[in-house]
Amino acid sequence: MKPFAYRRATDARSAVATVAADPDAAFLAGGTNLVDHLKLGVACPSLLVDVSDLAADLVEHLPDGGLRIGAGTRNSDLAAHPVVRAHYPLLSEALLSGASGQLRNAATTAGNLLQRTRCGYFRDATAPCNKREPGSGCPAVAGHNRHHAILGASPDCVATHPSDLAAAMVALDATAVVLGPDGERRVPIGGLYRLPGDDPTRDTVLAHGELITAVELPAPFGGRARYRKVRDRASFAFALVSVAAAVRMHDGVVEDLRLVFGGLAHRPWRAAHAEDALRGSAPTEVALRAAADAELLDARTLSGNGFKVPLARNTLVSVLRELTDGAAEPEDDA
Amino acid sequence: MEADITLRVDGEDRKVTVDTRTTLLDALRDRLGVTAPKKGCDHGQCGSCTVLVDGRRVVSCLSLAVARDGAEVTTAAGLADADGPHPVQRAFVANDALQCGFCTPGQVCSAVGVLAEVKAGWPSAVTEGDAAPELTDAEVRERMSGNLCRCGAYPGIVAAIREVGA
Repeated sequence: MKPFAYRRATDARSAVATVAADPDAAFLAGGTNLVDHLKLGVACPSLLVDVSDLAADLVEHLPDGGLRIGAGTRNSDLAAHPVVRAHYPLLSEALLSGASGQLRNAATTAGNLLQRTRCGYFRDATAPCNKREPGSGCPAVAGHNRHHAILGASPDCVATHPSDLAAAMVALDATAVVLGPDGERRVPIGGLYRLPGDDPTRDTVLAHGELITAVELPAPFGGRARYRKVRDRASFAFALVSVAAAVRMHDGVVEDLRLVFGGLAHRPWRAAHAEDALRGSAPTEVALRAAADAELLDARTLSGNGFKVPLARNTLVSVLRELTDGAAEPEDDA
Repeated sequence: MEADITLRVDGEDRKVTVDTRTTLLDALRDRLGVTAPKKGCDHGQCGSCTVLVDGRRVVSCLSLAVARDGAEVTTAAGLADADGPHPVQRAFVANDALQCGFCTPGQVCSAVGVLAEVKAGWPSAVTEGDAAPELTDAEVRERMSGNLCRCGAYPGIVAAIREVGA
């Protein structure tokens, strides 16, 4: 591990100024991802600015009926928060489906959103990886790619975003409050993440030195919501496919809905085609399947992840069936 | 680069100078001689290094010692009191909840954390509805999924934790 200096920040503005002025500096919060990367040689900062003491762990009501979540709120505290459980159960479900009890006790809200891919080549400092070392190549394209992307990937990077919380935040239409050297700005979480394109080094649109200080949720969407995660073992594993869904029904018709896939792309994947196909329609079995197929039409599979297409389709249809109150009876699988 | 820190370990203030790269686990084991927490994977995946920091269970391998300056750290060795071993430790013995014992200090600390979390009403991924969680087999397995046991003593571990939580 490369030596680094450590500073404990006492206010957010000076923390941002310090990191923004030093290209080799990084923020430290819960450390559950960054400390691992320090050991692996994936991250080699010369200065860590610890933002744990910034008292950013408040969960407060907003005047518009929404909720403001301090960026330092631990995953376990957020999942157990009575207001979150009552009005944003999708968030609790997503958080509790991820990691272990020990990790959720340390990991923060913003740290969870900014965690990096679990692609094995990215985490192996001896392997080429365009995300870690631009221009070095992507061994996953022709290698072990069972966990990799089927939507929005590029020839340079087929990594997936690992966060369950991020998929739920996109479905909830959350906004990140971001502090930079020039002041504060607001970034919808749906627009926070990038597709890899020809610059996979950048996971998000944030500039170096920008710090997420809070996440704001709008007033509850209403209707019913569900986070369902499909993985290789029952607990403590990353998603092969996950679905964050919220559906509002009226008179047997889908009034409005939000659908987001996790585990399929470099960012949480808002299934806008599927949403458009179902909005205003009766959720028949045929309609649900057609909506899922419409979203997955552009899927491009690799040697090891072809199973994700039917898995994503069936998971989405199953969740929608549940949320639309079984309005459509399941038919024999075609 | 070095930093002077103080950790309150198992009830005793311990001052130590650490390299900033030192994890809490390495500070405990290699600098302070507190060898109850074990180094298994060293990547937060096995749970054998679990300790309680300010009362909450965390993996000490993914925590920098310098970032825990001033914290209260309880290891499995510090759970006992004047009356003898902690009830969770007694239950592990009574239920044959170990074979080789390497993962046990982490299992025990994690279990103490689980019991506190259930008492506080925290839900898990398998908790149904808004009711207070009950320590069923499924709840214990889900909540303890961050602690691996290569000997496969899981049935005894689940029984021990349910016994204390009942």
